[in-house]
Amino acid sequence: MCLAIPVLIKSIKDKEAEVEIGGISRKISLWLTPEAKVGEYVLVHTGYAINVLDQREAEETLSLLEQIVGMAEEEG
Amino acid sequence: MKFVSEFRRSELAQGLIAQIHRQSKTPVRFMEFCGGHTVTIFRYGIRQLLPKTIDMVSGPGCPICVTANADLDKAIALAQIPGVIIATFGDMLKVPGSSSSLQEAKAGGADVRTVYSTMDALKIAEDNPDNAIVFLGIGFETTAPTIAVSILQAMEKGLKNYCVLSLHKLCPPVIQALLESGELKLHGLICPGHVSAIIGSRPWEFIARDYAVPCVISGFELLDILQSVDMLVSQVESGRSQVEIAYRRGVRPEGNQQALRLMSQVFEPAPAQWRGMGEVPGSGLKLRKKYQRFDAALAFDVTPVPTREPVGCICGDILRGVKTPADCKLFSNVCTPENPVGPCMVSAEGSCSAYYLYGGGLER
Amino acid sequence: MNDKILLAHGSGGKLAHDLVEKGLVKAFSNPFLAKLDDSAVIDLSGRLAFTTDSYVVSPIFFPGGDIGKLAVCGTVNDLAMSGARPLYLSLSFIIEEGFLKSELDKVVNSIQRAAEEAEVKIITGDTKVVHRGSADKLFINTAGVGIIAEGVNISGNNARPEDKVILSGTIGDHGIAVISRREELGFSTKLESDCAPLGGLVAEMLNASPNIHCLRDPTRGGLATSLNELAKQSKVSIRIEEEKIPVREEVLAACEMLGFDPLYVANEGKLVAIVPPEDANKVLKTMRRNRYGENAAIIGEVGVEKPGRVVMKTVLGASRIVDMLVGDLLPRIC
Repeated sequence: MCLAIPVLIKSIKDKEAEVEIGGISRKISLWLTPEAKVGEYVLVHTGYAINVLDQREAEETLSLLEQIVGMAEEEG
Repeated sequence: MKFVSEFRRSELAQGLIAQIHRQSKTPVRFMEFCGGHTVTIFRYGIRQLLPKTIDMVSGPGCPICVTANADLDKAIALAQIPGVIIATFGDMLKVPGSSSSLQEAKAGGADVRTVYSTMDALKIAEDNPDNAIVFLGIGFETTAPTIAVSILQAMEKGLKNYCVLSLHKLCPPVIQALLESGELKLHGLICPGHVSAIIGSRPWEFIARDYAVPCVISGFELLDILQSVDMLVSQVESGRSQVEIAYRRGVRPEGNQQALRLMSQVFEPAPAQWRGMGEVPGSGLKLRKKYQRFDAALAFDVTPVPTREPVGCICGDILRGVKTPADCKLFSNVCTPENPVGPCMVSAEGSCSAYYLYGGGLER
Repeated sequence: MNDKILLAHGSGGKLAHDLVEKGLVKAFSNPFLAKLDDSAVIDLSGRLAFTTDSYVVSPIFFPGGDIGKLAVCGTVNDLAMSGARPLYLSLSFIIEEGFLKSELDKVVNSIQRAAEEAEVKIITGDTKVVHRGSADKLFINTAGVGIIAEGVNISGNNARPEDKVILSGTIGDHGIAVISRREELGFSTKLESDCAPLGGLVAEMLNASPNIHCLRDPTRGGLATSLNELAKQSKVSIRIEEEKIPVREEVLAACEMLGFDPLYVANEGKLVAIVPPEDANKVLKTMRRNRYGENAAIIGEVGVEKPGRVVMKTVLGASRIVDMLVGDLLPRIC
């Protein structure tokens, strides 16, 4: 539910941003995420950014998963 | 970091599956509330790969599926008023109401337009000043704030021809109703990730605290689901029940304060009809008095056709997680994607549609 | 002077004659049309492939093509999918009153260029103009005829167990390129339709292996629908692997945004070939040397269990069924 995809903010004007994902661009609304900045990734649902994605948390999650998988492999 | 392919890495997925197999000893039933999670699970064939100790059941987190026939009939009746343009998300178009669907109404001459965003609906309103644009407000807490913004924007632009039929639903009240009913014994809940991006993790705490059901807030990619199942198994095996956020890159414990503020500026909680569950108090949203002129329910006087539930359809039971599509006598013979009887077969993330399209065990 | 098509242009009088003679006949110049007879007379013998199609795409101009190029390529490709060398096309226009002449000229020029590349001649046609509102700008109907060489036996019911399934390139390009022009979905992309004539590619493939069993072009309904049709016609199962299917990044991104599955998005310049296993690599190499097959890949094979079904192995190694498309692809929020 709530299809939302991560897109990169390329530019901002008033409460709208021009965003890009995989070569596709579109204008979206920043009414719900006024703090978003150019260069950040946001989750977009029906044309609105609903949250700014936390890059550090993403990297930490992946790191954690790699650890779990690595440890599990050691235990065999 | 682009936040997509990194979370689909199959070698990490394989590793997580192995980890789940190693950890899971106690037989459990986990529910994924959200239809989007159901789709990921079926798309990757995750159920086939989990240990036999884990039984997955799908919940009512499909806003299309849970829209009551009476509400859909009202939307169809509105579509048939001359001069009205219905703007709707594509999901609603083919859902059968008591005697018709929006798609059929459109074929019969009604002006029904699918849009990707309320921004498009506002543009239709600006371009057609002589028509009344009615936006069908479906969706959960992820979508409701966007509708709230559209109403505030309509106010800013001085639009007199835009209104919303609010059929929005809220998740925590319905989960509470499900747990209260005692019909369903759950040992873990995968909580909707994008709803939680808006409401945060606190609204789910009553589930862990009062019903001792472990909760994990999950993202929608392959690794997200597997990580969440792993975290639920951990909680079960160590006797804990808490609300944990697996989807840390997208969800903060306090949620999106701006979105919550705008949502409660425009809407207030109200009772709502859920298919298969009847009326659930405080589980819907109504426009506040200040924004009444944008309320389609007040702007038009329609007498929809008498509500009729489709005979033999057990969508209600399926949505509550007490039956599966395989239990339905109509599934895949009478009720198919070409000829859906109930919404669970129409919606891209309805259980019946997922079972039918992805094979649910490759049996049909 | 008048820049719009009027009802009179379709009525058979002077305006209509001018439109046909000075416009269409001149653009498509060939001895058949030059005769201006009521029908074209052709001398052909052998097994003929014959097809007809109508084109109602909206918008009529889209990135990478237009309704005219689509009409030629679509017809040519239908013939090629029977293993025929496409030869002659008929072309009928149904034009909405008020349609701009300049736009008609653009479409006609596009048709002429496509016909030239596909090495086919447009030898007969018709023009009608209907009242405003009775057609969406321009509809095109075609028929096509081609000749099938001896020994070539291509049909949807020829697939055999252990045959390999080869896809000629990336899927979903056309559908996404067209939908990107729909204003209310408002996204922009550099993606272009893959609209292309495949007669040449098929001829080269048949040279490499005259034993090709099936050919299909996955247009409306996408790859999934075509594979399902083949599986049902041949009463076999088809197993494909998700990781082997080429998809452009932009198509994936647009599908994610709108909630589409690329397997169901239309293509207009791709084909699926089912070939005996011993010829698969040769055919693949041949395809990759052609500009319309440079991303060709073997994506699966034909099996016997569960005839009529298409099954896909996901990246996890689990299997899921791939069914036909039902109804239309609609953008969704859930």
